[in-house]
Amino acid sequence: MKRSITLALSLLLIGMTAVALRLKAQESQPQVVVISAKRFEFTPNQITLKRGEPVTLRVSAQDRDHGFYQKDLKIELDLTPDHPSEVTITPEKAGRFVAICDHFCGSGHGNMKMVINVE
Amino acid sequence: MDRPLDRRKFLKVSGMSLGVGALISFAPALAAGGSPAVRVRNWFRRQNGEEVSPFNLVQLSDAHVGFQGPPNPTGTKAFERAIEVINGLNPQPDLILFTGDLTHESETPGEHAKRMQLFKDITGRLKSKKVMYVPGEHDAALDGGELYRQFFGETHYSFDHRGVHFIALDNVSTGKPAVGAAQIEWLKRDIARYPHTAPIVVFTHRPLFDLRPDWEWFTRDGDEVLNVLSPYENVTVLYGHIHRHDVHETEHATHYASRSLIFAFPDPTTVGDKKPVAFDKEKPFKNLGLQLLAERSGPNQRPSLGVDDVELTLREYAGTDGVQQISRPGASL
Repeated sequence: MKRSITLALSLLLIGMTAVALRLKAQESQPQVVVISAKRFEFTPNQITLKRGEPVTLRVSAQDRDHGFYQKDLKIELDLTPDHPSEVTITPEKAGRFVAICDHFCGSGHGNMKMVINVE
Repeated sequence: MDRPLDRRKFLKVSGMSLGVGALISFAPALAAGGSPAVRVRNWFRRQNGEEVSPFNLVQLSDAHVGFQGPPNPTGTKAFERAIEVINGLNPQPDLILFTGDLTHESETPGEHAKRMQLFKDITGRLKSKKVMYVPGEHDAALDGGELYRQFFGETHYSFDHRGVHFIALDNVSTGKPAVGAAQIEWLKRDIARYPHTAPIVVFTHRPLFDLRPDWEWFTRDGDEVLNVLSPYENVTVLYGHIHRHDVHETEHATHYASRSLIFAFPDPTTVGDKKPVAFDKEKPFKNLGLQLLAERSGPNQRPSLGVDDVELTLREYAGTDGVQQISRPGASL
């Protein structure tokens, strides 16, 4: 009986430890923001990030090649319809940043941009 | 705007800038016969049979032939007026450089080719026949430059003219704002044969430095290009794309942007969003005018570069009635 209780307590302890480790791992994983690109818009066209917190931007081109570029946030992605591209950043400065498509994609290309707010 | 000219500069940039383009006189400072200058002069004479000598050039940019829209409902009128102004210059420029966005893109089959032909027809009116081109993204980004090459030839190349080495760089036809590794390798090979004192003029479409990246006024690998050019002491970069005049110094080069022939963009240091300057029907060529560059004495008799803006008008010497005048059938500008 005593042995069974010890075993049960050990299993419970292992289980709790595993859950705690998993939660910690999840906490340290950057948040993922999914962005879609097609002529001549990004969806969503505005996102808000927190200063000092890492975030992964996963961007997919829906129709043709596009770019995703924001100099101050060190974002420089080449997008192709085959597979999503991603970049992980940790914004250090609060502000409003405009990301653009920098692969010329036709009339209306100049309006293909999105706003990244950092709070 | 005045800024000091470095006496060590091999080239004195003087003369007249047309805003719509720029008439620039290159007067190599060789008269004094300093030994490095003499070496360069002799080198060019030996290599090309043509020593460095003064000449004038005009830079034109961003005609966007085929563009239709509220920022300029007059189409090619400013472009045609610029050709008229150039043909009226005395002496005639012996070289004309066009720094991209000759045409506005069209995805209607056959339409972009018609626009390129119309561009050629208009430039065919130039008295001065030595015209060299580089593409802008509106000319060459959607098809990798295929149609552009049929009309205007290669998108990057180099040549010597009166002892100055000219380099045409393509930073648009991959679709990205980039020159690309292959072209940078070509550039290294191209300039390796020149002495570091050789006068070099690079002409390209986008700025090679970060002017306003969120307005797409940059070249991703512009720093690499400028690094390749950095051993050379006399580099001038002529570019377009930003639809306004601008002068910028980097460590080893002076960069001059030409105005557009279709519409202007505002000052990027004072405006947040990139939008064309509104069309003024009373002054349809507003912001597409003349710009004069001339060397003049600054404080303490130091040479300086004076830049005078003169707006292009329908007629510099007569009254105008705005867009009505150029909309009239058969109207003369």
